Parts: sequence; C-alpha cells; structure tokens
Amino acid sequence: MTDTLGLVGRHPFLAGLPDGTAALVTGCARLVAFDKGELLLAEGGTAATLYLIEGGRVGIEIHGPSEGRVVIDTVGPGGVVGFSWVAPPFRWQFDARAFEPATAIAVDTERLRTRLVEHPAVGYALVERLSWVLLGLLQATRIRLLDLYGDGRRR
Amino acid sequence: MDGAQDAVIDGDGFDALIAVLGSRGLRTLGPVVRDGAVVHGEVAGSGDLPTGWHDHQGPGRYRLEQDGGPELFGWAVGPASWKAEFFAPEETLWRASVGDGEVTLTEPHDRTSPCALVGARPCEVRALAVLDRVLRDGAVADDRYADRRRGAFVVVVECGAPSGTCFCTSMGSGPAAGEGFDLAMTELLDGDHRFYVRVGSPEGAEVLARLPHRPAGPGDSAARDQVLAHSEDSMGRALDTERLPDLLARNLEHPRWDEVAERCLSCGNCTLVCPTCFCSDVKDVSDVTGAVERQRRWASCFDLDHSYLNGGAVRATTASRYRQWLTHKLSTWWDQFGESGCVGCGRCIAWCPVGIDLTEETAAIRESDGATWDGGAATGAATR
Amino acid sequence: MVDVAEPVTHPAALRSPLSPRPYRVVGRRVDLVDVVTLVLEPRLGQPPPFAHGQFNMLTAFGVGEAAISISSVPRAPGPIEHSIRDVGPVTHALCNAEVGGVVGVRGPFGIGWDVDGLDDATEVVVVAGGIGLAPLRGAVADLVERRREAGGRVYVLAGARSPDQVLFADDLERWRRAGAHVAVTVDIATPDWSGAVGVVTTLIPEAPFDPARTVALLCGPEIMLRLAGRALVDDGVDPARIRVSLERNMQCGVGLCGHCQLGPLLVCRDGPVVRYGGLADELLMERQR
Repeated sequence: MTDTLGLVGRHPFLAGLPDGTAALVTGCARLVAFDKGELLLAEGGTAATLYLIEGGRVGIEIHGPSEGRVVIDTVGPGGVVGFSWVAPPFRWQFDARAFEPATAIAVDTERLRTRLVEHPAVGYALVERLSWVLLGLLQATRIRLLDLYGDGRRR
Repeated sequence: MDGAQDAVIDGDGFDALIAVLGSRGLRTLGPVVRDGAVVHGEVAGSGDLPTGWHDHQGPGRYRLEQDGGPELFGWAVGPASWKAEFFAPEETLWRASVGDGEVTLTEPHDRTSPCALVGARPCEVRALAVLDRVLRDGAVADDRYADRRRGAFVVVVECGAPSGTCFCTSMGSGPAAGEGFDLAMTELLDGDHRFYVRVGSPEGAEVLARLPHRPAGPGDSAARDQVLAHSEDSMGRALDTERLPDLLARNLEHPRWDEVAERCLSCGNCTLVCPTCFCSDVKDVSDVTGAVERQRRWASCFDLDHSYLNGGAVRATTASRYRQWLTHKLSTWWDQFGESGCVGCGRCIAWCPVGIDLTEETAAIRESDGATWDGGAATGAATR
Repeated sequence: MVDVAEPVTHPAALRSPLSPRPYRVVGRRVDLVDVVTLVLEPRLGQPPPFAHGQFNMLTAFGVGEAAISISSVPRAPGPIEHSIRDVGPVTHALCNAEVGGVVGVRGPFGIGWDVDGLDDATEVVVVAGGIGLAPLRGAVADLVERRREAGGRVYVLAGARSPDQVLFADDLERWRRAGAHVAVTVDIATPDWSGAVGVVTTLIPEAPFDPARTVALLCGPEIMLRLAGRALVDDGVDPARIRVSLERNMQCGVGLCGHCQLGPLLVCRDGPVVRYGGLADELLMERQR
C-alpha cells in the first residue's frame, strides 16, 4: 500500500510548510504514472491539476507548424508542473510531456482551493510557496531572454 | 443515353473499334500486359489486349495468371491509372530567356492528338470525373489538363472479375459505369463471346454506327445484369462510408495513426498508384545561357518536404503524413471538392509494400471512435 | 509527346494561370536588415486590382517562386508593393532584385481582410507580429484614413524582436498622428528603447477598445495567433469577428498543387485570411496538421 501521505510530505514543494499541509494536500491527491512520450497536460485543455513530480523528467513544450515541438523548460523530481489553474481562464498555455517514464502526485486543484479556503493559514502558506516557485521561474526566464551566449553568427 | 438503343458487338469487334477510332485521328490507348502487370500502352488491335489474363490481388500483393481463354477483361485494375494521360507525371510549364533586363516567356503546347481510352474501368472513369473537379472545374483550371481531357474518347468496360482489393460498390463507382463515357461495354461469355454496348454521347453513337453490331435483346440485357450482380457479390472488401468524413474529422488524435505509422514506410506508393491524387511540385532550373524553365512533376504528401514551411516540415512524423493522406482522401476532400476522393479501386492496398489497407484502418478507428491514449489529458498522439 | 514552344511577345497572350507575367522593379526600399520592399510595375498596362490581404506569386527568374503578400498603400491603380523577408533562396534573390530588374508575377490570389465590408462604427484591433505587419499595412492605412474624421477607432498592436526590427516605423507614426491607437513592443530592448517590452498580447489589456464593437485582424507566427486569438476572446471579442492570416507551403497559388492544405482548407484558395471562431481556432490547435 503506497504511503501517499509520506510521499506528499517529503516532496520539496511542501518542505517546511505548517503541520497539516501535507494531509490537506493528500486529501486532494492521487498518484499517477506516465509512459515516456505521454502528455500530462495539453495546450488549450482545462487547467485543474497541480503535478508534484516524483520521478522522471517532464518537458514543458509548445508546438508550431514550422518550429515543430519546442521544449521551453524541463522539470525533474522534486519539481512542479502546471500553474494555469491559479487564475482565469483556467486553461493550459503549454504542453507538458514525460521525456522518460514519470511518476507524480496529481492534486485536484478544485478540491484543493475549497480546502484552502476552509483552512486559511495553510492556504496562505501554500500560496506563498507557489509564489516563490513562480518568482524563481520568472527570474530565470528573464535572464534567458538576455540571450547571453549569442548564436555564433557575426553581425 | 436516352433514345439510343443498346447494342451488341461480337467478341472480335475490338479490331473494328480500334480502326474506327484511329480513323478519327485518335491515339488508341488501352490495357496491355508488361512486366507481369496490366499497364497502359498503345493498342493497335485486340491482340494487344490482356486476353486470358486474370489478376489476384491482396494487401501488398499482385499476381497475373493466364488461363488460355478468350476473355479480354477478366482482370480488375493494374498499377497504372489513366491520370497519367491527362495530368502529366512531368512537364515543362514555361520557358524563359533572361538577358539585358528583359525576360521573354514561352508556353510549351502539347500538340499530340487526342487519345481514345479503350478498356477503362468504371472506377477509372469516376476517378477522372473526380480529377476534373479538382484540376478543371475549380475557380482556376489547369489549362493543359483541360485541353487533354477535351476531345478524349472513353470506352469503359464494366467489370466482370473484381479482385481481392476492389471496393467500388462501397464508393458508388462500379461495377456498372454511370456517366463520363462515350461507349460502355460489358463482356458477355454465356454462349457467344460478345460485348453489350451502351452509348454515352453523340460521339459514341457515331462510332457505334460504323461498327458491325446488332440491337441488344432481352437475353443480352439479362446476361449483363448477371455479370454485374456477380461482380457486386464478389467485391474483395468494403469501406463503411456511413458518416465517414465526420468520423475521421473527430478522431485526429486517435492512437491508430501512431499504430499505422509503425508499419507505414512513407514511401508514397499509394499516392503514385492512386487515380485521384493530384499533388505536384514545381522546380525552376536554369542554364548558363540565361534560359530558365519551370518543371512540374507529381509529388506526394508522404514526402517530408511536402509541407515545408519557414525552416521545417509541418508534418514531421509519418503518423501525421499518413493521417493527412487518409483524412484528405476520405474526409476533407468533401470540404474542398464536395465529394469523396476515393473511388474504391484498391490500388493503394495492393501496391503498399507492407499491405496497409485503408478499409481496415478506417474500420479500426470506427470501432474505437473517440479513443485517445490512456492516462494523459489530451493526447498529441500523432506527434510522438 | 510533341512539345511546341511558341514565343510570346505580349504578356497578355500568355494563356496559362501558371505562367508569370514579367514586371519591372521600379523602386526598392530596405526596410530592415532582412526585409526589402519592391515596387513593381507590369511592362504593359496596370496591375490587376487587388484586395488587402491577398498575395502574388513572385518569381525570381532562375531561382524560383514564392508567395508574398501585397503590402501596397494605397489601393489606387499604380505600381504594387511587396515587402519580402529574406528566409531562403527565392526570397534572398527577390530581396536582392535591383531597380530595373525583372520579376515574374502571378496573381492576385486568395481571400483578403475584407475591410471594405466593415461599417465605420466598428472598432478594429490589429495584432501584428514581425513581418505579419506587411499583409496588414494596406488594410490598416485604408481603415485609418476612412476613420480620420469619425468612426470607430483603429488599434494597432505590433510586436517585434528588437527595436531595429520594428517594421514600417514611419507608417506606425503616421497612423498614430491620424488618430489610431498604436502600441509597439519588443522581446529584447536596447538602451535607447523607451517603449514596451514583452509579448504582443501584453498590449491588449492597455488598448481601450470596446470588445462588443470590435473586429480583430491578426497576422504573425502561428503561436502568436493562438495566444492573441485566445486573449481577445477572453476579453469578450466575438470569435467570429476575429480574422487571422494563415500560412502554408504554397507552390501554385491557385488550388491545384495540394501543398497548402490545412485540414479542410486549401490556404491559397480558402484563405489566407480565415475567420478564427469555429475554424482557425481549431485548426491552429491541431498538431502537425
């Protein structure tokens, strides 16, 4: 019998959060597995899941007709996939695909939202933790936009 | 044709037919046996036709067998289609000489005499009508195709021996010939070897008038009915066309596309033998004297570069290219041209090196309509 | 097969829609490091009338042919303009065509923006990414001119990679002075840039258009079309009143060669401008279609 509560509690996303957070999240969660190549979520779909990655590597992608599939980010064990459930229009902006067999804790964010309203202290701590993760990604993305390395072409 | 009496010509009436067509200035083309297959070539007399030959076809399989009998049309279709006669596999669209800031263009014109097709199959005639809609009857016409179609004389021979890959009845294109012909014949072998003849145009009536013939009687008509009924019962396979365009349109992410892609070599044989595929590539070539030519040749949507755009191919996987071919043929052809692109000739099945059968593929999708990959949210199935 | 080539001295005698008509390059402007505008005139007579959003097939003799949108302003009889981005051998040759040289022209082809059909009270939101402003240039100029005194406002939202890649900066300024709302954003700024930085969809919330009265015209990379289309629908614009310009491999331009297929469409014949709601919104989401 898988100790889902234990897994949730040990996931880095929840490290150091108040007692009871892991239990609250576990109550909205189930364990899922993806084959290599399988999509966790697809652009345009309804965003209602938060994935805490346990094992394997997941790529965040967008597709275009001549670009094909472009990988814009990767997330490994301990990371988080899926943020568009946070705000309207609650729709995935990108694809997320398992690059290798992957396991994750899938949190139903509709139920989570309800529980967090009922437990505001835990709710605040979780949303603050989410802001930290998003801030880190935003800062990293801004630095990437500087295109620091150049592309080798003479100008 | 209303008012024109059906007729009968006897078994060796083809020589007279070919002679009459020649006297009208028409190059007579028909089925001939070459390299173990029924292909198309110049026909000078009935001796050139595939007398006594029968074909055995299945997925990835084609074999001819000779029985020494008198039957001229005891076979279904070979790899060649009449498309090549009107839509040239290769041709020069224009030539230009470039020099001193001036460009002079010339348009090569095809001066060969119109052709007569002797022994086209009903599915072929339907295929030409489908191609007419695409290449001749749209807002812009391919002028060369239109010129070649005008003046062509078509003698269709209805099928008495469908093969293992035929499904014309599913597509409403056979075994009887509907329209688009000058003369329609049915080979009758009960008793005397003879051909039942129906007239389809004033030109057809003119040609018939110059052939030895007699009016068709009830016995002849009954014999023709029996041949056609037997053909309908012996179709090699069937394609369920019930709401098929919608079925394919809503299953673009079906796992079957990836499954067939594991077998498909993306070789494009199916597009080569298909009588309605019309894609073409153009290429401009020049020489050191400043002469430039634009050449057009048949192309295939299975080519990786077919969908090249701004640095990459849009359909980068075999799965997406197979999906394009099949959904175009059976679904989006309706959106673009108002009918199905498939005539049920079965060539794509016989000439696929790995024997992929589109009747089987569509049936598999129909059986699990709406299926997507397990576990994931949406699929992106055709991109794996 | 007997092949007889008849020299054609008068372009009007060319029979086939597949034969280019020779046009002379009467003007040339370097817009950006990789974008050149050619001004073309037929050897005899006037170019055929065209609608904004349509394209011509331009031949660089000896190299090949490419589909290039007509970017002319105004739409009066006279020489026509094409703004070409150098991305391959054909466009490279076209970008290097000199004044006095000859370019082959076939067209105009396709379905355009149909701005003539818009009533003057409509607000028009234009979202253009990169070279996407070129097929929109004529339509925007027409709309801005018609609404100079009265009528619904025109909002031009343009995105470029960097400040030196902003296309038609002069036209953008002219439209701003004529009363249009013009906003430009870049992905990567330079020290002298005081405009917006960010993806073009970030300009949408700041544009004070009334979604209920809005028609939107979008042109640019497909990913941008998806983002901008969704953003406008989320803001309340009727999806059926959003029009996008689609692009696929084009070789004949007249619906005969099969290359430009996108699902049920032949883009050269049924587009390139198509409605977003109920058509392009689904097609743009289909991977490898």
